[in-house]
Amino acid sequence: MTEVQEEPRADLKRKSNRAWLLVLPVVVSVAFTAVIPLMTVVNFSVQDVFSPSDRIFVGLEWFRSISRDPEVRSAFVRTLLFSAQVLLLEIPLGVAIAVCMPRRGVWVSVALVLVALPLLIPWNVVGTIWQIFARGDIGLGGWAINNVLGVNFNYTLDSTDAWVTVLLMDVWHWTPLVVLLAYAGLRSIPEPYFRAAQIDGASAWATFRHIQLPRLRGVLTIAILLRFMDSFMIYTEPFVVTGGGPGNATSFLSILLSKIAVGQFDLGPAGAFSLLYFLIVQILCYVFFTVLTRSGR
Amino acid sequence: MAALSRGAGRRLPWARTVFWLYVATLMLPVLWMFLMSIRPNEDILGSFSLIPQRVTFDNYATFFSDSSWYSSYLNSIVYTSMNAVMSLVVALPAAYAFSRFRFAGDKHLFFWLLTNRMAPPAVFLLPFFQIYQSVGLFDTHLGVAIAHMLFNVPLAVWILEGFMSGIPREIDETAAIDGYSLPRFFIRIFLPMIRSAIGVTLFFCFMFSWVELLIARTITSVNAKPIAATMTRTVSAAGVDWGLLATAGVLTIVPGAIVIWFVRNYIAKGFTMGRV
Repeated sequence: MTEVQEEPRADLKRKSNRAWLLVLPVVVSVAFTAVIPLMTVVNFSVQDVFSPSDRIFVGLEWFRSISRDPEVRSAFVRTLLFSAQVLLLEIPLGVAIAVCMPRRGVWVSVALVLVALPLLIPWNVVGTIWQIFARGDIGLGGWAINNVLGVNFNYTLDSTDAWVTVLLMDVWHWTPLVVLLAYAGLRSIPEPYFRAAQIDGASAWATFRHIQLPRLRGVLTIAILLRFMDSFMIYTEPFVVTGGGPGNATSFLSILLSKIAVGQFDLGPAGAFSLLYFLIVQILCYVFFTVLTRSGR
Repeated sequence: MAALSRGAGRRLPWARTVFWLYVATLMLPVLWMFLMSIRPNEDILGSFSLIPQRVTFDNYATFFSDSSWYSSYLNSIVYTSMNAVMSLVVALPAAYAFSRFRFAGDKHLFFWLLTNRMAPPAVFLLPFFQIYQSVGLFDTHLGVAIAHMLFNVPLAVWILEGFMSGIPREIDETAAIDGYSLPRFFIRIFLPMIRSAIGVTLFFCFMFSWVELLIARTITSVNAKPIAATMTRTVSAAGVDWGLLATAGVLTIVPGAIVIWFVRNYIAKGFTMGRV
């Protein structure tokens, strides 16, 4: 088979510091929305806040207590496990569905709209719908599992069932994002590549493996990182469906964090917690990012 | 020749079946939400039945006659559209710079942009509230649109950069030789080539801004209150008004469905080589 996918190499980029002008609007807008609030959080994290005017500097005390908290540690492991499962399920499924998606005719439009629908429901409503949908007595999903599959399923009592419910909800809710990205990525592959493959008599699998998949790398990097960071910070949906329970079965880091920040209004520990949280997500993303952008180069 | 110009490769025989089965599964919870919206509350919580016993449109009537419902719906549409356009406009030149040039600190800047999508919102809320009140953006559509740029601008830059890097650099060079200036090349040649990326980006910015609740609720009170915040207030003395909540849920799908309908051609067509 002819090798057609020669990626534009990074070192062919022109060097020009005037490009900073093109980036400037982005830097300004993000600095306003991100940097200023972040400074406040840093400020909180090293103080004991009693009231806006009454606060003491405590140094790294909050960081120490948060990182030693066993509840935080088990929530961290749980969140990591959840994100790993989300990625393993959603990325292959999303790519497979994108490959199967119709490419011409009226059905393309219908398919795009239908696939996108779950993404457009506000997150709290997604949680609410699944709360009922997964119930064994009055919800279609739970009813089907209990009566058609014959499995005794109750997400409010059984911790495995609660986990499965949240995971299924996430797969339902977010696989469409991977599908849309992968589909758009597939559509931006120049046609001569396929013609070349067809003339060479490449099988469908070979075409996928040697043309589509390498070309999807950029888009899949986006999909993987986006799904990783969003699933690692998932809050609203599991909070509405299970409230973190039963027991602690579905209390992820974000649920624990908002318990401290909003529930107990401990701004100091909450600030330290979110900075640590932020740091963990960043380190993991950096690892992903480096691996994904370097592989195949 | 017809078979050769098919586009994205050969189709597998069972691809169609797999795809529509997936869509059918995907639709089940949406269908369930719709069925909830046309049933009275006592029927929703009463017993399981696939087909509603009594059909009522009271929930829809309530939604469109109560100004707190429909005005918050309009608020969401206004700030979401503003956000999508603003994010795209600032992100396009930046994404081009990242995909085409090397400049001091480019890699660090790119990763720093991404990190802004990783910030846990729960603790950002109080700072956001304070800042927006002090600069007079509190409870305005523009305020929410700017706040949502926090996570949409990095996303837009990122998606656009991913697609732009897939386009061979020779096209830029050919255009330069042909006498195109950079802005003219960008608008006349480059933008049409990345229209699938623009379609996807617009849709994702719209989508993420539309469904975001925590920040939008914190920095608004009345004038720019989002629909998702109104939905959290369906709890009354009699419990959750499931029917009304489901109705609002069904209606929240509509604007996004319209957006994706309009950008569908951009997403589906992709680009063809040899335009220059």
